[in-house]
Amino acid sequence: MKEFKVIDYRDTRSGFGDALLELGKTNPGVVALCADLTGSLKMNAFAEAFPDRFFQVGIAEANMMGIAAGLTIGGYIPFTGTFANFSTARVYDQIRQSIAYSEKNVKICASHAGLTLGEDGASHQTLEDIGMMKMLPGMTVINPCDYNQTRQATLAVAEHHGPVYLRFGRPKVPNFIPSDFEFTIGKALQLRQGSDVSIFATGHLVWHALEAQKMLTEKGISAEVINIHTIKPLDEETILESVQKTGCVVTAEEHEKNGGLGDSIAQLLAEKYPVPVEYVAVDDRFGQSGKPDELLGFYGLDAPNIVSAAGRAIARK
Amino acid sequence: MPEINKLKRIASQIRRDIIRMVHGAGSGHPGGSLGCADFLTAMYFDILDHNPSAFKPDAIGEDLLVVSNGHISPVLYSALARSGYFPVEELSTFRKLNSRLQGHPATLEKLPGIRIATGSLGQGLSVSIGIALAKKLNSDPKTVYCFMGDGELDEGQVWEAVTYAGAKKTDNLVAVVDYNKKQIDGPTDEVMPLLDLRAKFEAFGWKVIEMNGNSMEDVIARMQEAKSCLGNQQAVMVLMHTEMGAGVDFMTGTHKWHGVAPNDEQAANALSQLEETLGDF
Repeated sequence: MKEFKVIDYRDTRSGFGDALLELGKTNPGVVALCADLTGSLKMNAFAEAFPDRFFQVGIAEANMMGIAAGLTIGGYIPFTGTFANFSTARVYDQIRQSIAYSEKNVKICASHAGLTLGEDGASHQTLEDIGMMKMLPGMTVINPCDYNQTRQATLAVAEHHGPVYLRFGRPKVPNFIPSDFEFTIGKALQLRQGSDVSIFATGHLVWHALEAQKMLTEKGISAEVINIHTIKPLDEETILESVQKTGCVVTAEEHEKNGGLGDSIAQLLAEKYPVPVEYVAVDDRFGQSGKPDELLGFYGLDAPNIVSAAGRAIARK
Repeated sequence: MPEINKLKRIASQIRRDIIRMVHGAGSGHPGGSLGCADFLTAMYFDILDHNPSAFKPDAIGEDLLVVSNGHISPVLYSALARSGYFPVEELSTFRKLNSRLQGHPATLEKLPGIRIATGSLGQGLSVSIGIALAKKLNSDPKTVYCFMGDGELDEGQVWEAVTYAGAKKTDNLVAVVDYNKKQIDGPTDEVMPLLDLRAKFEAFGWKVIEMNGNSMEDVIARMQEAKSCLGNQQAVMVLMHTEMGAGVDFMTGTHKWHGVAPNDEQAANALSQLEETLGDF
């Protein structure tokens, strides 16, 4: 299994914006809505190329979700764009009733998720969104890890019928997934093989998990790294296969411990194959202002913390 | 006007259905349902250009009505069944386990005539705008109608939608407000005064029409007027003055029948005031 190298440093939101433009050219059903954050969401190119299929709704996210639901009735595939906090918590009941309960084919595309939006601080740093969205029946939840994967995920959700929450971020981060890598919704990617511990990571922390894997190798520990880009539906088969081999787990995500990827995996394992699980996640706290890397370190979400968690998980076997 | 008389007779049966459904379920919202029975009758039997026997979820090539105030489901279900969307006998399953007739309208059960779940208030106008935008993209000349309660106007999302449709000139959309001036906790003037609704909507850029929602003649005339105003760079708002509980004397003049089912005696009294014109379900 070849090592992953940094191709370049890019923001995941640009992967979304570039794919949206591609979809505009290839899929006439795709329309887009934005709540006054077109530049931040990298939706400008789509808006300029397809002005009739782009709807600027102003700072009115609830209305945006309802309009998106209505557009699906007429046969369109709406992609809504705003920050993750305003894509979820602010409009939870609109999503619940008009989109999820009504089975509408809306793609809720959310940038600036997690701590790594940085200096804006906790008002904008949602760490609860995965939990809220995965609780909605029928909702697919995807948190890609880099530019290339976000681009692939954006293209994939257009082909998937049903509501989707697609979560990505603000900062430029390592882009390392080869652009020809296979992406299938609900299919986890094994990035490194190992036998002592399974590290299940999502979003920006996948790169940190790969860094942690190298550090663990130097300590003589063989870690398996699996990228769970789709948190719901969860790839139970791949997870159980890995855990049956390694016997312990570390989960890594830029999200609250409550309700995140770690909880989904712990629930699966509690029912099917109980083993020690260590969470790398934010533990019942709000974020704060700071640089993205400083914040990941401060809240215990970087590679050294994943290494420590692996040590604890192995010790509990 | 024989056509008007026919519509009035249908409305009488729909009012009977409302009483019998809510009484049968032991729960539901008779007051608002009775108040807008004339309007729903006019819409499904005259105003809408639609095809009830071949329900199309996408509504392409058809008019449609989005009922945002989902708690008036009894009158909606009766109007849908009586106009041919689904069998009239199914009205007896209202609010019962495994029914397609949920307490508030839902799509999961695939009930013909329902395209969006409503009930949590304030969301239907946004959805209606979305459908209207899709119709424009599809070059579909048909009309989107949205029905809302007046108490529902307390919701902030309604004003986001009113802002959008006014500012962006969604001129294939007619919104109708059931202006009965009552909500659950009491008169709107006490709970949350609506102030000058006409001036408010006009300030947001809408064409405003007022209508007596309990006069079939006025409903038909004013809704035709609303239709004639479409395609003119303005969304159209109809302020429909109604009496909650209209048709049943002891249910009018009070907000108490917003969400209460009649007992056996009250149901019998109500039904004695409403002529059975099409046969009870």
